Amino acid sequence: MIRLEARTAPSQLMGVLSPLLAFATTMLVAGAIFAALGKDPLQGLQVFVLEPFNGLRALSELGLKSTPLILCALGLALSYRSNVWNIGAEGQFLMGAIAGGGLALWVTTAELAIPKLAFFPLLVVAGALGGAAWASIVALLRDRFNANEILVSLMLVYIANLLLSWLVFGPWKDPNGFNFPQTVSFAANTEVPRLIPGMRLGWGLPVALLAALAMWLFMFRTYRGMQLQVGGPAPLAARYAGFSSRAAIWTTLLVSGGLAGVAGAFEVAGPMGQLTPHVSSGYGFTAIIVAFVGRLHPLGTILASLVLSTFLIGGELAQSRLGLPSALTGIFQGVLLLALLACDTLVQYRPRWSRSS
Amino acid sequence: MNQLALLVAATLSAGTPLALAGLGLLLNERAGVLNLGSEGIMLVAAVAGFGTALLTGNEWAAFAAGALAGAALSAVFGWLVIWLNTNQYATGLAISLFGSGFSAFVGIDLVGKQLVETPAPSVPLLRDLPFLGEALFKQHPMVYLVMTLAGAAAWFLYRTRAGLVLRAVGESPASAHALGYPVRRIRLAAVLAGGALCGVAGAYLSVVYTPLWVEGMVAGRGWIALALTVFATWRPARLLLGAYLFGGVTMLQLFLQAQGVQVAPQFMTMLPYVATVVVLVLISSNPLWIRLNMPASLGKPFFPGA
Repeated sequence: MIRLEARTAPSQLMGVLSPLLAFATTMLVAGAIFAALGKDPLQGLQVFVLEPFNGLRALSELGLKSTPLILCALGLALSYRSNVWNIGAEGQFLMGAIAGGGLALWVTTAELAIPKLAFFPLLVVAGALGGAAWASIVALLRDRFNANEILVSLMLVYIANLLLSWLVFGPWKDPNGFNFPQTVSFAANTEVPRLIPGMRLGWGLPVALLAALAMWLFMFRTYRGMQLQVGGPAPLAARYAGFSSRAAIWTTLLVSGGLAGVAGAFEVAGPMGQLTPHVSSGYGFTAIIVAFVGRLHPLGTILASLVLSTFLIGGELAQSRLGLPSALTGIFQGVLLLALLACDTLVQYRPRWSRSS
Repeated sequence: MNQLALLVAATLSAGTPLALAGLGLLLNERAGVLNLGSEGIMLVAAVAGFGTALLTGNEWAAFAAGALAGAALSAVFGWLVIWLNTNQYATGLAISLFGSGFSAFVGIDLVGKQLVETPAPSVPLLRDLPFLGEALFKQHPMVYLVMTLAGAAAWFLYRTRAGLVLRAVGESPASAHALGYPVRRIRLAAVLAGGALCGVAGAYLSVVYTPLWVEGMVAGRGWIALALTVFATWRPARLLLGAYLFGGVTMLQLFLQAQGVQVAPQFMTMLPYVATVVVLVLISSNPLWIRLNMPASLGKPFFPGA
């Protein structure tokens, strides 16, 4: 019989080991699933986790998928550290995509000759405003009416999805698009500038990395950042010290909403190049896993986003190469987070073997 | 008049899965455990139920399969949360994410399959009543069962010793532990029961309500059921009422369309989600009201010392 014994101090070693242990567990489960589906487990894993790193083009795609994950997860990490449970990054992402896409659509239809480099900052601002505005609804209802932010932010995901659907089926539909639910293709000058010619990876990635650096500075080098985080583990201490929980609600939601919105704007003006109902491949939800696997730490977020985008691309590859359903990605994501949470127990507790129960 | 009867009938049917899942989550939360995995649990159960119905042609076997699947997935949740003391929010989210991925994967071959049509059930004699027959007595047995279940849940919570112990575990696990009650096992039992009910709700959706399997078909009902427990201030009768209210909001869409109201369908589909937000705001805006009714240890882990 194994008993858990509380550690006197959290184990730092386990804090680092736990994500690795969780990753190893996920790989074991993945191998077992491949075997159960009648595929060679090693070949499956090779396609799933190594192939996405194979060659410059593959790396460009990996960076492209990591960009929205990093941006969304940074804000979520700050929220969760501050005990604000924003799980609606997906909706904030979509509203950023709608705002950024709307701006690009306007530039396209009005045939404005705005240079690419001048449009990029406007795109960032539009996305940030769209996402932050959507998240501010959650903040307002939580702050003013005490409404649970988990449920409200999640309901707003469904509403944002339907708004997007209405726009592309209705007022923003391409009149010459054979009735497909999509806008016209955006003009070339609205595209996110690319990093390497011929590759899809754009300026979004450096922006995301800068945001991670800024978030690290804010979390660990500013008084305000510290104030917010005290509310997470020790709400009573925070109140006693006079740190406002209202400020935590507003700051974390506006920041995380804004970052998710920027991610949405990059996606729509980057690889998509138009608004469709499928702007997001669930980035906002995957980012929740990224935030936890990255230890709610900005730099950890970058590493974790690589792992999760590997799964996303690996899922697509497994479909085209091995004929396996890409829905496997969702299973692996879920297993990774569940395994991580289980392994995290080892940070706070020490397992003991004892004879008696 | 006939239109209204149909609306009432559709409302009862749409409210049934919400009530089933909501009652399950209510039992969960009364024991102090918040299960944010309900959406994923319902999805997995919907697939399990639909697959079973396809194989056996028997609805009740499908409900049983859904309940089993729901209980199995919530057992994972319960083990993590109750024995490994993981964060309840994060673990529930993980279960939801896993469930949506897993159900999509398992259900690939079920997309587009159709169940054998069964004759529409109805209550003999009563179904011939004018208006009432159309509105109330041409329903699936599960619709009546869930009403009974709400009554049973209320009786269990407030009139039995076991219900009292369950509530004590949710209010003050330390006291219940000191009295010698196995707090963690009681919580696990509540989680399993809650998961099983969410499972029946999922199976009802895919086997009776839709009846089809489509990826992500639970469409937020798991989350709405969570909101319903707050709306009901954790009381079974109010939860049933709330479920019908939401069922009615869902059905309003079809009713308005039949009346010739010209609104984009997307805005109609939005109604239940908007209603959830509005209801949460109305109910929560009085913090005292929530604090008086909410199980005091909801969401807090319990670790028996030594």
